[in-house]
Amino acid sequence: MLKKPIPSYQSTQGTGILRSLWTVLRHAFTKRDTIPYPDVKRSLPARWRGRIVLTRDPDGEERCVACYLCSAVCPVDCIHLQSRQMDEGRRYPETFTIDFSRCIFCGFCEEACPTLAIQLTPDFEMCEKHHASLVYDKQQLLIDGQGKHPGYNFYRRAGVAIPGKAIGEAECDTPPVDRDSNLP
Amino acid sequence: MTITQWLFAFSILLLVLLSLFLIAAFMVYAERRVLALLQDRLGPNRAGPFGLLQPVADLLKLITKEHFIPPFADRSIYTIAPIIVPFTALLSFAVVPVDDDWWLADINIALLFVLALSSLRVYGIMLGGWASNSKYPLFGGLRSAAQMISYELPMGLALMGVVMLSGSFSLVDIVAAQSLPFIFLQPIGFFIFLICGIAETNRLPFDLPEAENELAAGYSTEYGGIQFALFFLGEYIGVLLIAALATVLFLGGWHGPWLPGVCWFAIKMLILILLFFWLRTSMPRLRYDQLMSFGWKLLLPAALINLMITAVIGLFWIKG
Repeated sequence: MLKKPIPSYQSTQGTGILRSLWTVLRHAFTKRDTIPYPDVKRSLPARWRGRIVLTRDPDGEERCVACYLCSAVCPVDCIHLQSRQMDEGRRYPETFTIDFSRCIFCGFCEEACPTLAIQLTPDFEMCEKHHASLVYDKQQLLIDGQGKHPGYNFYRRAGVAIPGKAIGEAECDTPPVDRDSNLP
Repeated sequence: MTITQWLFAFSILLLVLLSLFLIAAFMVYAERRVLALLQDRLGPNRAGPFGLLQPVADLLKLITKEHFIPPFADRSIYTIAPIIVPFTALLSFAVVPVDDDWWLADINIALLFVLALSSLRVYGIMLGGWASNSKYPLFGGLRSAAQMISYELPMGLALMGVVMLSGSFSLVDIVAAQSLPFIFLQPIGFFIFLICGIAETNRLPFDLPEAENELAAGYSTEYGGIQFALFFLGEYIGVLLIAALATVLFLGGWHGPWLPGVCWFAIKMLILILLFFWLRTSMPRLRYDQLMSFGWKLLLPAALINLMITAVIGLFWIKG
């Protein structure tokens, strides 16, 4: 079967023009799509990937254990850190810088983080006049709250001994089995 | 003429020029707001109350831009071309009567004067495209030349009907002859004039010379700063001129009940300008061959037939 030929512009002109004029005119009375941004700020989704923060655990200690996974996974190499170890065995980042002029807010660092320390927040208003001001150091990144995962404490769940918690005393943990008593 | 008379004349001229510039500047603002209204947007509303100072901001931006002439351009013609466009459009306003006694010049061939100037306008665009010495402006200039020639013919022929009815080329006499606006006697002529007017001013759906999707910005691609502003000004004053001419020739000029003549003139022009904006936002651009065949195969025969019928009726009915 042959396709119906497309009508030439002349045959559709008259009604087509009037119809499109009418359609456009009706749009004068519809709701505006524009949000006048600085005056009206729309609420961002909770999982919006914006400014990156370092969170603390419920005890107020840093969650970050300076494992370098975020730095390794970062596709634009904008995360730099230097690990240190406390005498008691806790690891922490001595320095932690994120260059937000390079960051593409992909969220890979958040996914890679084993201790839920690094998190992306719904905040994008971080304009600066100079490039250098976009390089955030640890002081600017570290927040006092727990971010998206309240109650999570890596050292209270992991089998690493820290002062006040021996091996086997963690949440959902069983004490280590005494291998001598385990003999038949 | 004495010195005071000269000064008076010059001050009036200056006043008209300034008000035309102002109107053109605010037309740009109004167009952006109206387009936004019809496209579910808000439009410029930041500068001043309701964004009314937007034209000032635009002008400052365009003036303070670097004055740049491309090294490959033809310097002299490149500089002159953008001046021609607003110049011809502004000059045409000398013969447009706004009210009973409000006009700068009443010459007996005013209509021919306006048509001649609108033909000269194409030189600005064509030479601008040519002198830019680059491919998109050249295409824009060529299209502009072809389009202007194709649409000037039906425009002139459509206006001859009005001339026949009023028996004069003077715009003042034409308005005076309209106890009944000529749109009722020449409806086809009015539509042909309006369509050709849109084409003459390079407005959508006939904006092929500057079709930004195909030709970057057409004839004004290589222009920037104040020279681009001149092209822009020319286009908007051209729109104003077409609206003014349609008002004078078909809608009865300053005639109207209750309100003073200037108000009627302004209201009629405003409606036409809003129609221009409305058309711009609702229509797609014509293809080039469609544009040509529409002009030559539809508008020209229609204008000729309209002219013939007017002539026959005028001969046997009005005169008889």
